Amino acid sequence: MCTLQQRGSVFVLTLTGDGEHRLGHALISSLRSAVASAAEAAAKAGPGAALVTVGEGRFFSNGLDIGWAGTSRARLSELVAALRPLAADLLALPMPTVAAVTGHASAGGCLLALCHDYRVMRGDRGVLYMSEVDIGLPLPPYFMAVLRAKITAANALRDVALRGKKVRAAEGKEMGIVDAVYPSADETAVEAFKLAEQLAARKWDGGVYASIRMSMYPEACRSVGIVEESDEEKRKHFASKL
Amino acid sequence: MATGGNLCAVEKRGRVHVITLTGTGEHRLSPALLSEIRSAVAAARRASTGGASALVLAAEGKFFSNGYDLAWARAGPAPAPGDRVSAMRAALRGLVTDLLALPVPTVAAVTGQAAGAGCALALAHDAVVMRASRGFLYMSEVDAGIKIASFVGELVRQKVPDAVARRDLVMKGDKMTAAEAVRRGIVDAAVDGGVEDVVAAAVAMAEELAGRGWDGENLAGIRKATWPGLWSKVNDCGGLSPARPRL
Repeated sequence: MCTLQQRGSVFVLTLTGDGEHRLGHALISSLRSAVASAAEAAAKAGPGAALVTVGEGRFFSNGLDIGWAGTSRARLSELVAALRPLAADLLALPMPTVAAVTGHASAGGCLLALCHDYRVMRGDRGVLYMSEVDIGLPLPPYFMAVLRAKITAANALRDVALRGKKVRAAEGKEMGIVDAVYPSADETAVEAFKLAEQLAARKWDGGVYASIRMSMYPEACRSVGIVEESDEEKRKHFASKL
Repeated sequence: MATGGNLCAVEKRGRVHVITLTGTGEHRLSPALLSEIRSAVAAARRASTGGASALVLAAEGKFFSNGYDLAWARAGPAPAPGDRVSAMRAALRGLVTDLLALPVPTVAAVTGQAAGAGCALALAHDAVVMRASRGFLYMSEVDAGIKIASFVGELVRQKVPDAVARRDLVMKGDKMTAAEAVRRGIVDAAVDGGVEDVVAAAVAMAEELAGRGWDGENLAGIRKATWPGLWSKVNDCGGLSPARPRL
């Protein structure tokens, strides 16, 4: 379902296989384990690490496993609830994160991409698509909080959330959702890895990086259940660095 | 009539109160400097009852401000570093409160490098003009390994609303030139020339704002309502007081 490899200072998380990488309990659980392993390994190795998440095949992720949920609202709620801590793991991760959007990223899959600090995307095909409005499903509060945190231009947010716009990479770049566009999936993966290496080379203290990220997205972090660090804790940390 | 302490000079140019951080050093934000700036801001506030005016904060030399005075924070043994950090943060927070509540328009003349808390201080003004030929806006905290206090985080979020600009400034520690900062909507203008040219541009902008003849208390009220997240984060520390003891 997913693999984690360490290549130098970069952790590569791959959603494996040619399928849609639907976010069901098993995949979410595997992703959480992988992300936790990366954090643990980085803590031992010291400052300067980064994560890249990449999808094999035509999809980055096509969202929650609504096939499994079927007509059961309860099951759908379960999946929504299960994805929330993965979003939290990424928003709290003590290293910079890059999503290599190598294929379609829809709904929960789009959210997964947005939970990363940077997005690089293939320009030849594939869309970022919050499909909920089209399929008649609500946007869970934490989905909305992440969208609002990452898409700050009002018309872009409106287009993505309210119009169900299928955003291709070039347009995504104009909207401030995508950082760089590459001609193919392979190049996207390669360049995402290079970006991750550059970020890792800054040798940022992971805990500080995560703290700074959380201070930039406080509502999204609250929404996914991350406990806010107090100013007192930050002050003690500051004093300890002097 | 020029007044001030030994760390900053105060003068009036037309309707504009100009506070200049003096000397060619880094204008590190020690409690002493922050206290002097706050006194100068308080004096401008008192004087504003005489008619419409405006405020400019500028600096001499290569730096606008390179952030908190870490050397002072490390000095000891008493008060301890932790308490020194608290004192600086509280003083900066107080100054930001004063600027938010000020019944006159404010312009930061970023005449040189503005880093860390120095960058935050610039952004706490209504408008920012920046020297084009040298100096960066630089949120140095991520590189220095220092966590960002919640009021500073909120200040940046309110004043740099674009997600990408904010991420690059704060989470990537990009050193932004004036041209870059203008392009990304973080500062209002890039000014060619030297320190005096930047100050002159800031004063001209401030003079134009003073010329609008805005009711000061109303202006302050609107400003607090424009940045409500920031106002609610800072204003529980008491804001402007008549006398601030020096530490």
